[in-house]
Amino acid sequence: MSYLELLRLAAPEAIVVLTAFVVLTIGLVTGRREAGDTPAATAGLGALVAALGLAIAAATIVRLPGHATLFHGMLVVSPLNSLFQVIVLVLAFFTVILARGERLLPNKGEYLAMILLATVGLMLLIGSEELLMIFIGLELTGLSLYVMTAFDKASQTSAEAGLKYFLFGSMASAFTLFGLSLIYGFTGTTSLAAIGPRLAEQALPPLLFVGIVMTLIGFLFKIAAAPFHLWAPDAYQGAPVSTAGFIASGSKVASFIVLGKILLIGFGPVSGSADWHGLIAGWTPILAVLSALSILIGNLVALVQKNVRRLLAYSAVAHGGYTLLGLIAGGRAGFSATLFYTTIYAVTLVGAFGVVGFVRRENGGDDLADFAGLRARSPLLAGCMAIFLLSLAGLPPLAGFFGKFYLFSTALRAGANHGLLWLVALALFGSLISLYYYLIVLKVIFLDENAQATPAVARYDFEMRADYLPKMTLLVLAGAVLLLGIIPGTLVARILASFG
Amino acid sequence: MIAWTIYLTLAGALLALLLPRILARWVALVATAGGFGLGLAALFAQHTDFAHFTTIVRVPWVPALGMNYHLAADGISLTMTLVTGLTALAAVLFSWKVENRPNEFFFWLLLVVAGSYGVFLSADLFLFFVFYELVIVPKYFLIAIWGSTNKEYGAMKLTLYSFLGGALVFIGILVAYVTAGTLDLLQLTQFQFAPQLQAWAFPVLFLGFAVLGGIWPFHTWAPTGHVAAPTAGSMLLAGIVMKLGAYGALRVALNLFPLGFQMWSKWIAVLAVIGIVYAAAVALRQNDLKFVIGYSSVSHMGFVLLGLATANVLGVSGAVLQMFSHGVIGALLFALAGAVYYRTHTRNLNDLSLMGLSRTMPFITFAFVVASAASMGIPGFSGFAAEITILIGAWKTFPLAVGITGLGMVLVAAFTLRALKKSFFGDQTGGRVRQETRVPNGAATLAEKLGASLLICATLAVGLYPKLLLDRIMPAVETMRFLHR
Repeated sequence: MSYLELLRLAAPEAIVVLTAFVVLTIGLVTGRREAGDTPAATAGLGALVAALGLAIAAATIVRLPGHATLFHGMLVVSPLNSLFQVIVLVLAFFTVILARGERLLPNKGEYLAMILLATVGLMLLIGSEELLMIFIGLELTGLSLYVMTAFDKASQTSAEAGLKYFLFGSMASAFTLFGLSLIYGFTGTTSLAAIGPRLAEQALPPLLFVGIVMTLIGFLFKIAAAPFHLWAPDAYQGAPVSTAGFIASGSKVASFIVLGKILLIGFGPVSGSADWHGLIAGWTPILAVLSALSILIGNLVALVQKNVRRLLAYSAVAHGGYTLLGLIAGGRAGFSATLFYTTIYAVTLVGAFGVVGFVRRENGGDDLADFAGLRARSPLLAGCMAIFLLSLAGLPPLAGFFGKFYLFSTALRAGANHGLLWLVALALFGSLISLYYYLIVLKVIFLDENAQATPAVARYDFEMRADYLPKMTLLVLAGAVLLLGIIPGTLVARILASFG
Repeated sequence: MIAWTIYLTLAGALLALLLPRILARWVALVATAGGFGLGLAALFAQHTDFAHFTTIVRVPWVPALGMNYHLAADGISLTMTLVTGLTALAAVLFSWKVENRPNEFFFWLLLVVAGSYGVFLSADLFLFFVFYELVIVPKYFLIAIWGSTNKEYGAMKLTLYSFLGGALVFIGILVAYVTAGTLDLLQLTQFQFAPQLQAWAFPVLFLGFAVLGGIWPFHTWAPTGHVAAPTAGSMLLAGIVMKLGAYGALRVALNLFPLGFQMWSKWIAVLAVIGIVYAAAVALRQNDLKFVIGYSSVSHMGFVLLGLATANVLGVSGAVLQMFSHGVIGALLFALAGAVYYRTHTRNLNDLSLMGLSRTMPFITFAFVVASAASMGIPGFSGFAAEITILIGAWKTFPLAVGITGLGMVLVAAFTLRALKKSFFGDQTGGRVRQETRVPNGAATLAEKLGASLLICATLAVGLYPKLLLDRIMPAVETMRFLHR
């Protein structure tokens, strides 16, 4: 294997890293400030370069060969990995655009560079099928996201969120690393493809299960499944809005794909079963319990939230629970359902956080009360938010509806004799609860009038401000959510085909 | 051709949202009138096969999961399409004066209508369910924004009940899909599900539909929702939305799980009869005109469920006829109650009885008398034709139920007459109307006259010549599987 070949296959990651350095340099050259606004020209140039770099990286991925494996799976190029690397790049692209709206952040260049570094981490997570490399990707992503969460130095909540995220996150990483070491000790390999057969051929010592569970903790933390979700509400609420959006979207997509690969490729032989009358020990029952717990806790606690970002965080816990259903079902069908759902969920959440960002900039807050009368101030934003929230609630013809149908039908098909019906029924019950709190947000947007009625001039200002790019982005995202609901076949076929 | 009802209405919804506000109502009028025209043309076309659920369109949608965009129609779905068009057109005519955010109003209204057309014409379970759930959210906004009395509560209650019913239906559909491996209704109705499966899947699926159909004891969303809704909203709820549940129960639940139906049919009859009598008794005690009509809706929908439970051609055909009939009569009653409220700003029967409305609102009074007569089941109106068919059908299977229902019909007559007398003929003592309660603008507008006449003509036409619809409904019912076990 020549270095040239390596560089060719790792070109997308390399391009994003280079872009990060360029953006960082731009930020440094044009001056660093302790607080306050970054000069508009710097911010604009930085965002442009970052967006371009992401686009070029995505284009490079498309030109990669179909299949290639480097160093026993440290870097694997496959249709599946490429597809999801592109998806993550697209999500990062939207995040960069929406980050344009964060006027109050100091040192935009550094912020953008952190987004790009986090993206590299996500690409490594997706593109690797070897435990050590996966862990490095996990850490790179994690560290970048911790910094991004605490980036709003003027805000106390941002610092608190960053610290909380960091403490929980590093603890979870430590568990994962310990678990990985146990697994390595028993199987003698770190390659996912080799772990599976070794687990299948020998009797399993209890300590190995300890290793598996510990490994799972790190990823369950990333996807904010209960009871590892405690960081999420604070991070979603305190972090800069674009960061929150990126944590909820890109980070989640990558975590689910990696979790799926580890479970289905690596730990496949010890899956067990979570059927109602056919419980078999393995990781499936554990995931089933956590999924049920996430659905219940997420939805019930979301009911009483008064802050929209916190509400989205708890609903994210619940959605993490739904998405796990596909992995519990297992197999190609289950995995593809999970991937489909997490993808559309990510698109939806980027959009929802985009709207939250606008409202926050205009009203200085993102409590429910700040959304009052949004319809009168900006029909466009209100309409987009309605599409995002109703998709999350799972109503047709939006993407969330099809995603749920896909997930639940595969889950029901998986168990013998509809064994997973209990979990599906619970998830549907959770959806019923969630519809209530999503509707409450929409009620505030569409029904309530703002207490301090916005004067006509301000309203004009709000609508006509030269934020065309972010607004168009939101429109594109809302359109995507609608289109993925009406013609989901393309993406489904794409995911299924990428399994090869 | 009939598929264009869906496209036309959806296009109308988009246009109503985007065009200037003055045009919104005209767009809605054209779209609903077009849908009504298409429905009429399809139902009375020559050489149509009413007996079989005949495919209109079938294109692959999500091939990987076996979903098709598959529309089909038979006599039952065409009948339901017609009542949808009729009610929608009347609802637009009765909301001609909506001034508050008319674009959104007609957008949501047309979405409800489009979703309902879709439900009645779908032959793919997934497509069916998409349309079925599509109707939920527009209802919420229609009620919560343009409603009255306790509107946010009523809207949320109705939405959550609908979604709960939807969740049960979802489980039933998933089980059928996963077991049979297809979503095509025509194939599913040929599939033999295991009896053990049918025994639990049928009640889940049926109950899900019946929640929307207003089955006792899950009917409580209906009166509160109807009362809170704006006039057009109540008309759509009573005229169309409750029928979605009943239609789904007939088309999907009964045909997919005939053995389960056989096991549970007597319990359906029990709930239906309780619903008929109980709702009628509750209506007798209401003081809000719309609550009276709301409970009467539940009572009348009890007849539909009883008809379905009979599992014979006569009873089920009667149930479909009752869906049509109540769609028309319920919409008319709500429309007139709305017209009264618009002019007097009250629906309290005691207040209305002081106003002597029969003198100041002659046309509305006349129409309300006709509607009440139709609702009570006076021969000559569609309500009589439908209910007598159901009762004859039920006589063969549940004679006791027919006896108890007779009591219910007396109660229906009692509460209808009470409401009629109190609201329009209250102050007959001296024939004088007190000056301060004299209502200005008592005369009905042209739009209201048109809408009311349309509905009255429909109920009269079907009442005087029920074969008009029964000839098209009965062949379709006869081919249904659960009748030929």
